[in-house]
Amino acid sequence: MKVREGVRQTMAWLHGWAGLLLGWVLYVMCLAGSLAVFRPEIGEWMRPETRDRAPAPQAVAAAVSWLQQHADAPAWFLYAPGPRTNTVEAVWFHGLTYTLRALDPATGLPALRQTRGGEFFYRLHFELQLPYPWGRLLACLAAAMMLLALITGVIAHRRIFRDFFTFRPGRGQRAWLDAHNALGVFALPFHIMITFTGLITLFSLAMPWGVQARYGNDSAAMFQDLIPGAISRAPAGRPGTLAPIAPMIAEAERRFGGNVGLVSVLNPKDAASLVLVYQADDAGIATSPEAISFDGTTGRVLADYREARPVVKTYDVAYGLHMARFADPLLRWLYFVSGLMLTAGIATGLILWTVKRRERAPLALGNRLVERLNIGMIAGAPIAFAAYFWANRLLPLGGADRAAAEVASLYWTWAATLLVAFALKPRLGWPILLAAAGGAWAALPLADITVRGAATPVLADGDVTMMVVGLAFLAAARRATRRSRA
Amino acid sequence: MSAARRGRRYRANVAGRAAAAALGGYTIAALFASASARLLPLPRVEAVLSGTMVAFLVIPGVVIWAFLARSMVRAWTGILIAAMLLALAAWLAGPPA
Repeated sequence: MKVREGVRQTMAWLHGWAGLLLGWVLYVMCLAGSLAVFRPEIGEWMRPETRDRAPAPQAVAAAVSWLQQHADAPAWFLYAPGPRTNTVEAVWFHGLTYTLRALDPATGLPALRQTRGGEFFYRLHFELQLPYPWGRLLACLAAAMMLLALITGVIAHRRIFRDFFTFRPGRGQRAWLDAHNALGVFALPFHIMITFTGLITLFSLAMPWGVQARYGNDSAAMFQDLIPGAISRAPAGRPGTLAPIAPMIAEAERRFGGNVGLVSVLNPKDAASLVLVYQADDAGIATSPEAISFDGTTGRVLADYREARPVVKTYDVAYGLHMARFADPLLRWLYFVSGLMLTAGIATGLILWTVKRRERAPLALGNRLVERLNIGMIAGAPIAFAAYFWANRLLPLGGADRAAAEVASLYWTWAATLLVAFALKPRLGWPILLAAAGGAWAALPLADITVRGAATPVLADGDVTMMVVGLAFLAAARRATRRSRA
Repeated sequence: MSAARRGRRYRANVAGRAAAAALGGYTIAALFASASARLLPLPRVEAVLSGTMVAFLVIPGVVIWAFLARSMVRAWTGILIAAMLLALAAWLAGPPA
C-alpha cells in the first residue's frame, strides 16, 4: 500500500494520542479480559473445597430451593453447571448492585469459600468497577479508541511484513518500537476482531440510535425480536408457587440436544412467574442463540425458538467470537495468549511514549506523570490481581463480606503500588515493582498447595500458569535492573 | 509569525479537528445507524443490527478524515454535509411504523 509520507505521519500522531488517552483503561480491560477467558476455571481454583458434581437439572433445583429461602428479588439469574464448572453461580440484583453466590450443586448451599471468582475479572473487563452505565460507557469509549489506534497504526506502518522479523534488542527507542510492532502485527487479526466484536456486545448502550429510529423508546420490543424464545410479561400481582424446575431444565436439555447455560427465573414468587432457559454457549460459535420460555407455575412451554435469520446469526457469531465460550482448551489458550499480546502491545506503546520523548529532551511534567502512571498501572495491576488470589487463600472462611474483602485487597494493593510508583525514581520503581509482581505470582502455588488438599487438573494448571507468569515478571525485573545500572 | 503564535495556531487547529473527530465521528455513526435501520429492506431487528454493527466502523473512518482533511474548515464542512445527508435520509424514510 502506497501512502503519502504526510499521511503516514498524521496517522502515527493519531495512533499515539488515541493509544495514550485511555491507554491505562485499555491495559486493565485487556488484562482482565484475558483472564476472563478462564472465568469458570478461575472460579473452580478459588473454591477448592467445593468439589461436588451434579447434573444440571438437580443442581439448578437445589439452587432454586436455597434462593427461595434467602434471595428476595424480582429475578434470579443462574448459570447452570457444565463441563467447565461444577457450581451453580446465582446472581440477583438490588437496584443496580448485585449479589453473586456460588452454590454447591448437590446441596444448594453457598460454597464454603465465598468469592467472586472469575466473575470479578469478567465484570471488571467491561464495567471497570464503576456504577452502571458509566463503566460500560467508558469501556465502549476505550474500545472505540482501541479500534482507531489499530487502524491508524496499520496505516502508519511502513513495512508490516518486514517489521515482523525485525527485533533490535538493547537500549532505547528502537527495541521498544520493534517489540511494540511485533506484538501488534503478530496477532493483528485477533486484535481487530476482539476490539470490534467487543464494541458490538454493548450496542444497545453505546449506539442505541438504530433501535431508537426503528422501535422508538420500546427497546424491550427490540430484545423480544432479537431473542424470540425469551418472552417477558408483567407480574400478575398475586402470589404464586414455582413448579419444580428440574423437569423444565431436563426438557430444555432434551430440546437443545446439549447443555443449558443461563437460567433466568423472573418474578419467582408471582403467579405469572417465568423460567427462561438459554442454550449453553459450547454448542457452536454463536452465543446463547436458542432460548425456551416456561410458565413458572405450571412448567408449560410458552416459547421455543431456533435462530435462522442470517443477520441475527451474524450478530450472535460475532458476540460468540468475543466471549470465546465455544472454544476448546487449545483455542482458549490461544485467546488467552493473544489477549496478553494485546495487553503487552498497549504496555509497550505507553512506555514508548515516554522513551521516545526522553531521547529528545528532558521530560515535561505531563510526561513525567505518564511515566509514573505507567509503572503503577503496568507493573501495579498484575501485583493487585495477584493480591486478589492471595486474599482468596489467606482470608478466613466464612463471614458475610468475604468475597468483598478479596476485592478490597486487590484495590488496596493497587493503591499501594501506585504510591510506590510515585514515591520512587523510575529506575528504582520499575525493577522493584516488577520483582514484586514476579514474587507474588511465583509464590502463589505454594499458598495454594498448603490450603487446597488434593490437586485437580484445574488447580494444577492454575498453579503452573501462575508460576510461569511469576517467572516472566522476575525476568523482566532483572532486565530492568541491568538497564538502570548501565 | 512568531513561534509562540505558530504554536497557538497549531493548538487551535488540533483542538478544532479533535472536536470534529469526536462529535462528528459519533454523530455521523449514530445518523448512519438510524438511516440504515429505517432504509434497509429487512425485518426491523435485522435492519437495526446490520446498520448498528457497521456504524462502529464509521467512527474511526470519520475521525481519520477529520485529521487528514486539508484544513480544519474542510474537515468540519465535510462532516456537516455528511451528517445532514444522513439525517435527511433518516427523516425521509419516516418514523417507526
